[in-house]
Amino acid sequence: MWLPKIILAPTTVAMVVCMYGFILWTGALSFTKSRMLPQWDFVGFLQYDKLFANPRWDVALSNLVVFGILFICISLVIGLALAIFLDQKIKAEGLIRTIYLYPMAVSFVVTGTAWKWILNPGLGIEKLVRDFGFTDFEFRWLVDQEMAIYTIVIAAVWQSSGFVMAMFLAGLRGVDDSLVKAAKIDGASAWQSYWYVILPILRPVFFSAVVILSHIAIKSFDLVQALTGGGPGYASDLPANFMYTFAFNRAQMGIGAASAMIMLFGVLAILVPYLYSELRGSNRG
Amino acid sequence: MTLGRLAIYALLVVFAAVYLMPLYVMVMTSLKDIEEIRQGNLLALPESPTLFAWIKAWGSACTGSECEGLAPFFFNSIRIVVPAVLISTFIGALNGYVLAKWKFRGSELLFGALLFGCFIPFQVILLPMARLLATLGLANTVTGLVLVHVIYGIAFTTLFFRNFYVSVPNELVKAAQLDGASFFQIFRHIFLPISVPIFTVTIIWQFTQIWNDFLFGVVYSGPGTQPITVALNNLVNTSVGGKEYNVDMAAALIAALPTLVVYVLAGKYFVRGLTAGAVKG
Repeated sequence: MWLPKIILAPTTVAMVVCMYGFILWTGALSFTKSRMLPQWDFVGFLQYDKLFANPRWDVALSNLVVFGILFICISLVIGLALAIFLDQKIKAEGLIRTIYLYPMAVSFVVTGTAWKWILNPGLGIEKLVRDFGFTDFEFRWLVDQEMAIYTIVIAAVWQSSGFVMAMFLAGLRGVDDSLVKAAKIDGASAWQSYWYVILPILRPVFFSAVVILSHIAIKSFDLVQALTGGGPGYASDLPANFMYTFAFNRAQMGIGAASAMIMLFGVLAILVPYLYSELRGSNRG
Repeated sequence: MTLGRLAIYALLVVFAAVYLMPLYVMVMTSLKDIEEIRQGNLLALPESPTLFAWIKAWGSACTGSECEGLAPFFFNSIRIVVPAVLISTFIGALNGYVLAKWKFRGSELLFGALLFGCFIPFQVILLPMARLLATLGLANTVTGLVLVHVIYGIAFTTLFFRNFYVSVPNELVKAAQLDGASFFQIFRHIFLPISVPIFTVTIIWQFTQIWNDFLFGVVYSGPGTQPITVALNNLVNTSVGGKEYNVDMAAALIAALPTLVVYVLAGKYFVRGLTAGAVKG
């Protein structure tokens, strides 16, 4: 039967060329001197040396660590807490869930624009708190080199924590009731049964959530672009913003390609163990 | 109601307020004039609500050198999103049908390799894709953007349909084959009729993804073909004659409205796509 193969042919070609071929192309490019245009004088790891010697890349990487850890941990805690509370036979659960999840439907550019205004030094939250009577209150993270990255965390958590809630809630709904009842008969309190019985069952959900959130973190680009523009200076740059700036604004194709490859390896480091365990699981099932 | 439950309700309501706050602030700010914004605060209700900011954001705000508002870019986004969603969904449906029910040597491997495409950071394909588009003469065109969104959307749409069709019993396909039904007849008469939910999920997912895209938009579009997300970012960062926060907020709401409306109308399917798409991607 040749028809199925014909159907898959265009996708296969697109995949081989535009995914795997392009990754190889970018990988090769990262070993050349390319600047404005691709050129194929190979220079070994020179671009990687330059990349890691670049203070801006340094900032982008450490920002990613700070942002990634905070974003993932806070989203997990809020998401799990809201899911557990919502799982207590709450009236109007549907409405509340809808409210928690709507930020996920809007673009990161919209989120960035909204929070840029809310966090506006002078007219935003600062003014609001001052109007409440705290006239000396200062809140200028958006223009503070040290604090700008945390504004990204706030906006990203606002956008994504509802989604983590939805994942955990789905997980909680899948937990076998008889287990909880058994724990109750054994004299476990509500909190004990959550801690010792339900949370261990939710481990796969945790695992998925961490993978998804770290994936979002590594790819974060539009939120930074809209909220801080990477600023002040380049204080809130993330790797994706670094890559864009060097590859497309500064005509430093080689360094841009090298930074993209590092991002790819970052994703792979998280993904390969995850996919491995997923595939093993699905083969067993 | 016990104290404990009261506390839970209070907490849930507080969080709901926190999630709603940015939307509330955006709407209120968009209805004020600039003088009132400077005098009042974020949460204050507008004293004399005006649609001035909305009209300006739609029709005459500056998004760089030209000052035609967001309207042209809104239509650019529609011209990008509609074909990209339809084509990628259609291809995904056929791919998923084959990968679920017409397996051949290597098809599982192919699926695995495709799945990987859901995860790659797109930075790694940006540069060569720019070259390819230039070579094809599609740089800075709507067609080019449609092509890019279709190529990198297929992995998701295929995944959605494949996982949906896997649960259709093989016996059904076998029986239809015995009756002499062809590959396409089986698809049309057995698979398509049961596919309404998965089409809905996929179309909503693709619509949201592509409408909200910024990365491909900012890299592959030109002055006349920018999608609305790129135009919004330009509008906010263009300061001709002082910041107009009310116009910024109206513009952000205009950019957000289509996906928000879809979410409110079809939230169930949106969530389903989110969990299906996200657990694997």
